[in-house]
Amino acid sequence: LEENMVPPSGRGAGGGLALLSQAAEPVLPSLAVSINTALLYSLQIFINNEWHDAVSKKTFPSINPATGEVICQVAEGDKADVDKAVKAAKAAFQLGSPWRRMDASHRGKLLNRLADLIERDRAYLAALETLDNGKPYSISYLVDLDMVVKCLRYFAGWSDKFHGKTIPLDGDFFCYTRHEPVGVCGQIIPWNFPLLMQAWKLGPALATGNVVVMKVAEQTPLSALYVANLIKEAGFPPGVVNIIPGYGPTAGAAISSHMDVDKVAFTGSTEVGHLIQKAAAESNLKRVTLELGGKSPNIIMSDADMDWAVDQAHFALFFNQGQCCCAGSRTYVQEDIYHEFVERSVEKAKSRVVGNPFDFKTEQGPQVDEEQFKKILGYISTGKREGAKLLCGGNPAADRGYFIQPTVFGDVQDNMTIAREEIFGPVMQILKFKTIEEVIERANDSKYGLAAAVFTKDLDKANYVSHGLRAGTVWINCYDVFGAQAPFGGYKASGNGRELGEYGLEAYVEVKNVTIKIPQKNS
Amino acid sequence: MKKQGSDSNPAPVLPALPEPLKDLKIKYTKIFINNEWHDSVSGKKFEVFNPANEEKICEVEEGDKADVDKAVKAARKAFELGSPWRTMDASERGRLLNKLADLVERDRLILATMEAIDGGKLFSTAYLMDLGACIKTLRYCAGWADKIHGRTVPMDGNFFTFTRHEPIGVCGQIIPWNFPLVMFIWKIAPALCCGNTVVVKPAEQTPLTALYMGSLIKEAGFPPGVVNIVPGFGPTAGAAISHHMDVDKVAFTGSTEVGKLIKEAAGKSNLKRVTLELGGKSPNIIFADADLDTAVEFAHIGLFYHQGQCCIAGSRIFVEEPVYDEFVRRSIERAKNYTLGNPLLPGVQQGPQIDKEQFQKILELIESGKKEGAKLECGGGPWGDKGYFIQPTVFSDVTDDMRIAKEEIFGPVQQIMKFKTIDEVIKRANNTTYGLAAAVFTKDIDKALTFAAALQAGTVWVNCYSAMSAQCPFGGFKMSGNGREMGEYGIHEYTEVKTVTIKIPQKNS
Repeated sequence: LEENMVPPSGRGAGGGLALLSQAAEPVLPSLAVSINTALLYSLQIFINNEWHDAVSKKTFPSINPATGEVICQVAEGDKADVDKAVKAAKAAFQLGSPWRRMDASHRGKLLNRLADLIERDRAYLAALETLDNGKPYSISYLVDLDMVVKCLRYFAGWSDKFHGKTIPLDGDFFCYTRHEPVGVCGQIIPWNFPLLMQAWKLGPALATGNVVVMKVAEQTPLSALYVANLIKEAGFPPGVVNIIPGYGPTAGAAISSHMDVDKVAFTGSTEVGHLIQKAAAESNLKRVTLELGGKSPNIIMSDADMDWAVDQAHFALFFNQGQCCCAGSRTYVQEDIYHEFVERSVEKAKSRVVGNPFDFKTEQGPQVDEEQFKKILGYISTGKREGAKLLCGGNPAADRGYFIQPTVFGDVQDNMTIAREEIFGPVMQILKFKTIEEVIERANDSKYGLAAAVFTKDLDKANYVSHGLRAGTVWINCYDVFGAQAPFGGYKASGNGRELGEYGLEAYVEVKNVTIKIPQKNS
Repeated sequence: MKKQGSDSNPAPVLPALPEPLKDLKIKYTKIFINNEWHDSVSGKKFEVFNPANEEKICEVEEGDKADVDKAVKAARKAFELGSPWRTMDASERGRLLNKLADLVERDRLILATMEAIDGGKLFSTAYLMDLGACIKTLRYCAGWADKIHGRTVPMDGNFFTFTRHEPIGVCGQIIPWNFPLVMFIWKIAPALCCGNTVVVKPAEQTPLTALYMGSLIKEAGFPPGVVNIVPGFGPTAGAAISHHMDVDKVAFTGSTEVGKLIKEAAGKSNLKRVTLELGGKSPNIIFADADLDTAVEFAHIGLFYHQGQCCIAGSRIFVEEPVYDEFVRRSIERAKNYTLGNPLLPGVQQGPQIDKEQFQKILELIESGKKEGAKLECGGGPWGDKGYFIQPTVFSDVTDDMRIAKEEIFGPVQQIMKFKTIDEVIKRANNTTYGLAAAVFTKDIDKALTFAAALQAGTVWVNCYSAMSAQCPFGGFKMSGNGREMGEYGIHEYTEVKTVTIKIPQKNS
């Protein structure tokens, strides 16, 4: 029940129902203890299964957020490199190419092989992820890598199962649909779950037979470039996957306004999502899917299991240093339990272990970079200024690196900046409510609609609230439960389209209707 | 547009063919229940023969009703609410099936050699085709495990309604001897990906590869009791499964005659769900405008593949009048150039029939063909001095009322008939109690699509024959069976749909 994204410390606190499933609780692999972060692979641009310097010859530094120090230099792709990559992708997508002629089941086999290779190099990839992003190694290894492997295997299975239809068209015709790949897909991914977002993007695109030009976030290019090696090793033909490290305004913009890119998928801020959608409109009307920001409400009814609700609300916000688009950043607590809930949440936040992400005891590492770090501290001071009650934290947590103390605000009002804008940091807002109708209205009063949750033991309340919330995912008595099987995406300004699940495939196919005149129709 | 196989457009690469194992050891000859090996309750064993030389390979424990009872108990226990199997993630079931595919791939040579020796199957065919299909089917079904979606349903009124696709429970699966391993996989893979538990009875002629699979299933990590394998005979073990009050579903592949018994047993006992994949007398229609080389070759393979022992065998070839003589001439030429012999040897193109009973039945039908006036163009008798070999046989001038045009021969005996018009051949092709497969060869798009719609068969091939893969549903119209195997359709045969309706305070769209 409390699957997947629950960190190890959160396991086993599932109450009664968890007992039933104990027998099948998947056994987590034990953490690999010898951590290796030596960068013994190319940090260039990956095009046609080969490594290239940037056309401009420029490089940019990748920084360790735990120390603020430069890890290495990485080739900096921009428009010229995107053009090269799109050309390679287009060639790989030509009619009659090895990729186009490949059996669908063989595409699945290649994706499964990629999953095998990632599993083989799991410890190394987890270490790279922690080095570059700052997330605790235990999380990288147990949560991120696990989900990456499962996601690729899930989509491997879809490759020969995404069926077209035959259609009983009126008249003497035979009519069927083909689900064809869209073509060259630009994919622009964020820094908060670098490997996982790469898998979310590649899995459905490759299962359905597309070719990909991916731009990885400039903050966290290291793990994605290592995976490029594995893509080649798995046996994907040249040009099927091309990976460009670089910046949004240059490489990202080049992808989204490219006339030869058939689709762009973006995960990141709502602000940039607007730019992508606009670029698509102004160029070739490429298909656009967006997975953007959120300000997700987490509603705690007074009849909820208090221990579990406090635990999950804490996890919902603080997981991954608060750097989750689906973070439960508006915790609505019913009046009669409000004080106790706040008290226990503060206690829990205070006990959160912040520190070196390679230390196995660490629950919270640094924020990803200085910009985010400063932005979050800015929100905290705005919160104080606007009259929210700072109950704990509120400051940097170390004298170097981008660490921030776990922070809890009580008495937060809906109109405060910290209740409206995405903070993307370890800052929890707790709000009070009285009635169900009131809280649904307040929860929905946001430009965002990514996720939401409700904690209650009452079946009617659970159904009523979950159906009333305007969000792409609603969790009941849980939070951040992800699986490759379940679709994810936003209402309103939280995005367009869905990722994962069967729904996630839809964004990566064009439906072609074929109609053939026949002499005589028979049922 | 380049045809597959031309230089710049290579066909998918098959693995290189190794030599068969010289010193194959038969390690697994007991009943597999609860991931353990058991003697039969009765203490009985039966002999397993190599049909190429009629020599005994080994003895196998003979399961009957008492052993089926034990196996069903184990399967029932493994299916209890809260069991490791029931509480397992669907994706984990998929992972186990993928693991099993890996193990089959690892032991491909052992399994292919065993299949060739036990089933009289050409080693090259066993290694490349049968094992290839097994591995792909396991991986295909592995992928389905976490994609079998229930639905939420916009029911009228203030209700929230959803469906769960639940496993049916204990599935009895009775499999034939013509594709022992492929049929074993076709049965267990969809059943397991949906979360069922199974009791499998392999054919008494060919139990060895199925028993070997027992060891791999255990190694892959399936919990005890999920797969149970009881070798034995139809009238005892098979009947015990199909009559069993605690078996929730029975799936059978075999003869139409036995298919009726199975359905009757289900009706008499607990109304267990029944799927059947039975016999056929599949029409293969060749128009004068077809590419004749292609048509002759597919028609030949469509009949002679695996000694004619295929339920889908294209055993009624209807050829349009203008090309009839030429088609017959080329078909004879193709059938004459055959090397029969030990199926383990390279260069051998046809092995033995499975056993003496089949061997005699085929020869008897050949005699009836001659007696009823069909023209024997080649073959027509046994081959060699030991083993159950039959010469590749071609009959021309076959008419619809002859026994060889109506009954399933299940041997290397090709019937070629003549036709004049489209309407005529549709009528004649459909004039059978069977409806498993059919094919049409033509370059004309209208004819092709007319036949695709008009033929009463679960599979229709256009300009090809025997093209099968795990993604495509397969099964029969009429007395060729009930239900479908493979594809998404095949998966649904292993689920019960449960509708859950919850009263809610207020419905909103």
